[in-house]
Amino acid sequence: MSNIENKVSYLDNGDSTRMLPEVLEEILPYLSEHYGNPASLHQFGLDAEEAIDSARSKLAEAIGAKPAEIIFTSGATESNNLALNGLRYQFPDKRHLIISPIEHASVDNIAKRWSREGWAEVTKLKVNSEGFVDPDSLRSAIRDDTLLVSVIHGNMEIGTIQNLTELGEICREKGVLLHSDCAQTFGKIPLNIGELPVDLASFNAHKMHGPKGVGALYIRKKVKVRRYFEGSPQEHGVRPGTENVPGIIGFAKAAEIAIRDMDKEMKRVDELAGRLADGLMEIEHVGFNGPPVGKNRLPGNVNITFRYIEGEAILMHLNIKGVYVSSGSACSSTTLEPSHVLTAIGLLHEDAHGSIRYTLSRLNDEEDVQRALQVTNETVKQLRAMTAFIPEKHSKHVDENAQTFYKHKND
Amino acid sequence: MAIKYTPKVIQEFTNPENVGEIENANASSTEGSPACGDMITYNMIINPDTKIIEDIKFRSYGCASNIATASVATKIAKGKHIDEVMGLTPKAVTESLDGLPAVKIHCSVLAINGLKSAIRKWNEKYSDMEKSDEFKLDEETIVRALRNVINPETGVSIVKMNMVRMIEIETGKVYVELMMGDTDEMFFNNIEEETREHLEDLPGVLNVIIKLTEGKSYSFE
Repeated sequence: MSNIENKVSYLDNGDSTRMLPEVLEEILPYLSEHYGNPASLHQFGLDAEEAIDSARSKLAEAIGAKPAEIIFTSGATESNNLALNGLRYQFPDKRHLIISPIEHASVDNIAKRWSREGWAEVTKLKVNSEGFVDPDSLRSAIRDDTLLVSVIHGNMEIGTIQNLTELGEICREKGVLLHSDCAQTFGKIPLNIGELPVDLASFNAHKMHGPKGVGALYIRKKVKVRRYFEGSPQEHGVRPGTENVPGIIGFAKAAEIAIRDMDKEMKRVDELAGRLADGLMEIEHVGFNGPPVGKNRLPGNVNITFRYIEGEAILMHLNIKGVYVSSGSACSSTTLEPSHVLTAIGLLHEDAHGSIRYTLSRLNDEEDVQRALQVTNETVKQLRAMTAFIPEKHSKHVDENAQTFYKHKND
Repeated sequence: MAIKYTPKVIQEFTNPENVGEIENANASSTEGSPACGDMITYNMIINPDTKIIEDIKFRSYGCASNIATASVATKIAKGKHIDEVMGLTPKAVTESLDGLPAVKIHCSVLAINGLKSAIRKWNEKYSDMEKSDEFKLDEETIVRALRNVINPETGVSIVKMNMVRMIEIETGKVYVELMMGDTDEMFFNNIEEETREHLEDLPGVLNVIIKLTEGKSYSFE
């Protein structure tokens, strides 16, 4: 603790990222002189419409789609809501929904609501201990009245990247639509949605150094989605409301930069994540959650369980020491429920409570990794020294070498 | 939605007092469990003649407010007569922390209950008064247990919020109906689990059946 004190390491890029200066620069004129409404017929309106069209084309190209297949929204949460509810109103007779058990809260809560209201029966697919969806469970879940299959592409907590080709082909074979929440993968891994057997996909800007409050829904041509709130006929009549012009401009710019720099930056980010993961795994009594760092995991995502201590307390200590992360502990969630992702991959509640997620971005460097390692080590030691959780007394699964825990505790 | 703590909670969490164990403790308790994500262990020395808590230390497994409430509880209890401690409510803890977020009020209940549980056990061991076999499973004991179940949305006990609408007891089987009123659905699981846990802890309870009912607004007791 010396020269790297008094600085902040932001390692919560899975929650949101810092906007890049180039993106900000692109947005600024649309927050001042270019204030026309794209629906207006005068020159200001036409200019705004042209700017949006150009952004739509850029974004479409970035994901391998056609401009007409892109609907701008307020973010991935809205895109998920639009995809699911839009199909529900389009196909009111299809009363069966299939989702993975590790979806983002937006999809998960729509499923809960439909099931509670008696609108649809919901089937949750099986995932293995690394979070990969079992293709056989998908094959056997699909029914004649299945409205949609929704599987998150890159999981926000444990970083698992699903094989959409394999899952999508099963859906195609059975004639069922597939939606995927790509909020975490877009800009981090190569994505050509047009070539994937995926019918709808959700995106957002602020996880890839773009602005908050803007996202998109990709709807494959010929797939019909009905708007679920009313207004003027913006966005092909699917998403009424005046477009978020500055947001859309920033989104397209952020996408362009992310793709331009992807090879170089994501390789570097994954190397940092690899070193962080290796360093953290040297701490005693830890567990690594999700697939190994590498091609099947979101670049920069590291999720670790520190046994016998609780995640919110770890997070708060790290916060005070300038390392910003998130946790899957029940105590850090406002609903007091442990992460449904961690419990779905088979973690005991107590192990979910001790989990910490570090998510790195292109704006992080080796110093951040070193600070995170140092501060985490100190914090884990400090909290274990005072924990009431005595492995043999309270744990269902005791580490093979729990004795070393006491040694550690009495250091 | 972030959980916001007062500066006092942060202060107490980062510099907790009375941490550790007491070798020759004559009273102790552990409340909570790892599965819930919060647990406090107390060790005390109670003077058998004066019944004053002469020393107290704690260990904590839990969030920032769990650690802070336990630390404050030890400071409050130290030097006090056990009867005085038995009369404490969770408010004593929350007030000295300048308040807790509603979803964290249950931590103060755990911190105070742990103190009382250690004293109760000590009483059983050291004096002939208060024998635990006098426990009777009836509506009153169930309501008493349910007072410890906090609605995380309001930070108020479900009993106080008049959410407990029916209690039936039939040889080890307890049936409870909870009226959820305006409570946000996202808290339903937590309230149901907490209710189950507190009832299953009661001696003589073999089976707990909980029914959550919808209903209009709840009225405070």
